Amino acid sequence: MLSRTAANLFWMGRHLERADTAARLLDVGQRITLLPNTASGYQNEWNSLLQASGSADLFAEKYGEISQENIEEFIFFDRQNPSSVMSCIEKAREAGRIVRTALTSQVWDALNVAYQDLRRIERTPRDTLHTASLTDVTTSHTSTVRGAINATQLRNDGWHFMNLGYGLERADATARLLDVKYYVLLPRIEFVGSGLDTYQWQVILRALSAHRAYHWAYGGDITAGRVADFLILNGESPRSLITSLYEAVWNLEGLAKRYGDTVPTNARDKAREVLTRLQAHDIDMIFDEGLHEFLTWFITEIGTISGLVHEDYLLGGS
Amino acid sequence: MTYYNEMYEGSRVREPYARLSQWVETMPADFRQMKQAEAEALFRRIGITFAVYGEGGDPDRLIPFDMMPRVFEQAEWRRLERGIKQRARALNAFLRDVYGRAEIVRAGRIPARLIYQNEAYEKAVVGVVPPRGVYSHIIGIDLVRTAKDEFYVLEDNCRTPSGVSYMLENREIMMRMFPGLFRANRIEPVDQYPDLLRRTLESVAPAKCHDRPTCVILTPGHFNSAYYEHSFLANLMGVELVEGADLFVDGEFVYMRTTQGPRRVDVIYRRIDDPFLDPLCFRPDSLLGVPGLMDVYRSGGVSICSAPGAGVADDKAIYTFVPEMVRFYLGEEPLLQNVQTWTLWKDDDYRYVMENLADLVVKEVHGSGGYGMLVGPKSTKAEIEAFRAKIETDPGNYIAQPTLALSTCPTFVAEGLAPRHVDLRPYCLCGDRIELVPGGLTRVALREGSLVVNSSQGGGVKDTWVLSE
Repeated sequence: MLSRTAANLFWMGRHLERADTAARLLDVGQRITLLPNTASGYQNEWNSLLQASGSADLFAEKYGEISQENIEEFIFFDRQNPSSVMSCIEKAREAGRIVRTALTSQVWDALNVAYQDLRRIERTPRDTLHTASLTDVTTSHTSTVRGAINATQLRNDGWHFMNLGYGLERADATARLLDVKYYVLLPRIEFVGSGLDTYQWQVILRALSAHRAYHWAYGGDITAGRVADFLILNGESPRSLITSLYEAVWNLEGLAKRYGDTVPTNARDKAREVLTRLQAHDIDMIFDEGLHEFLTWFITEIGTISGLVHEDYLLGGS
Repeated sequence: MTYYNEMYEGSRVREPYARLSQWVETMPADFRQMKQAEAEALFRRIGITFAVYGEGGDPDRLIPFDMMPRVFEQAEWRRLERGIKQRARALNAFLRDVYGRAEIVRAGRIPARLIYQNEAYEKAVVGVVPPRGVYSHIIGIDLVRTAKDEFYVLEDNCRTPSGVSYMLENREIMMRMFPGLFRANRIEPVDQYPDLLRRTLESVAPAKCHDRPTCVILTPGHFNSAYYEHSFLANLMGVELVEGADLFVDGEFVYMRTTQGPRRVDVIYRRIDDPFLDPLCFRPDSLLGVPGLMDVYRSGGVSICSAPGAGVADDKAIYTFVPEMVRFYLGEEPLLQNVQTWTLWKDDDYRYVMENLADLVVKEVHGSGGYGMLVGPKSTKAEIEAFRAKIETDPGNYIAQPTLALSTCPTFVAEGLAPRHVDLRPYCLCGDRIELVPGGLTRVALREGSLVVNSSQGGGVKDTWVLSE
């Protein structure tokens, strides 16, 4: 497979997952605007979500005020925001267009329909749009693409690159959303265990479409320890760090097996190592170490693995 | 002027169109509109668009698709096929000759100036004979019809003719929307084209290639207007679609960068023009090509399709000599006619053309896409005079042809069926064999009375049927 093709498949996966994350963020953002603005609490929440996605400054500069219209515009439509749904779907579709020969017609079809549909929505007057439907449309399209990939793509190296992109992006997104707690909680330690604290954890769960799954898995009250456990160490949780990283490792193993000894496996080795270290943690250790410090370590390691993928496979051995 | 209508002779429906005629008559208007919308949605959905970047507006434009097919009967097609293959053989013989001993110039049949001063003539490949002596592997021959048995060649495209994806997709979409039509009519298939193309490319692998040849399609990239076609063909042929940066030269071979390291490439079907192929040999500022590619080509390490320099055969000035090539190289009489052409660098021709501008079509020798031409009978006095002034500054840059009575084909318009002018581009493949799929791309001028079928000038496309016996 051409290195360029592999790179585009990898980034197609990443951008699709990122679009998905943006759509969930939009849902959370809109919920926050529905709440009364008490003592800077909820507004802060929104700001910290933006902080986590790395786009708080851009939003503040361009829009300033937190309103439903601004959030919608920024998270969904704004092409200056590289993480907006529109930006991500456009980039994913462009990557798909470049490597059409490596996609089945069903996958291309789903991707292209997603793009055309968003373009149609873009031309619709904003006051006739519902935020909830924007989130639904996005997740429905990204799910269709994902489904088409699973149902029709050959289980070859291209498949591994796409899923590697998905896995690494998801690990990164979950870690960043969890890190939100750092920005929100550290300055106001008296909130811990209060109603506001619980609500903030709920927001995180909701942002990961995981609040129902959480109840299935743990039942009972939402506590910081359980939510963190669910999103970091629970192997059943589809977006947990451990699940996402495990998928990345699995795909890297697939590539290593397929390509044999002649191709370097630094990315695989590194991912294995990080996974082993992750498995050695329990949630108390993580809190003792400091959640933020732990997440910073993890996000850096994901970046390293992504860089090694590039070196191992995407430069074409020259 | 009267025009040959391919479906009707007076009010009588010609035989090949008999079943189609029933189909149209029994089709309710709202059904037609629904199907037209469905076709458009299919094209957009599959992504068969003509990307136009940098002009604002929708970057993905659709070429209008007309649902009314154009039909040839078997005997008509057989005659065309023989003529097209003959022409393709002559064109390749000419290329072999002008990069070799140039016997045709020595024999005084073609002026040396037209070849050696032609921009498309590549001195860099003089004396290099590509595998099987084939320079142009895909030849698109543009034909127009003026009467039942009268076809004229408008131009030859020996470099990288585009549009074959429309031939294939038009058929695909018609079969999907109207399966009943295909059961009622016996229509020769065209979907073997990608396989034939792959076989053609493999058949011209260089002598240094000992295994099954690795073929690739070289594209300028996804911003190119024909990118869809490049990826479409690569997909159907099962070969990699590469950009210049994916390839590199090492020693005597060309390699592509893959996830498993370098992999050797034997045959390159390039969809970029000669000047961009190799910055070390041609334009040094080209980022589309592969440095060192031409050295590998000249030493027989890789085949390039079409071969560099093939463009010298499809120049509008060389065009007038193609019938002469058929006689000279093949010892046969040409089966397909050229349109009578006046070359303005000849004094007699110049005088005649300037006196009759209002009746003629005048084209730039190197122009394409329907730009830079004058259609005398469709132009105002002022337009004609403006063009006359242009010609006077550089007569050698122009040729003129009579305004042909292009045949018409019934085409769906708002009010129903109406005649519109059409042309035809079949795609002839030249490798170890010369092959042609039964069909081609029919382009139709959608504006009433217009004779210009180019998509950039309001042209559309139709499915083209060859009926089997």
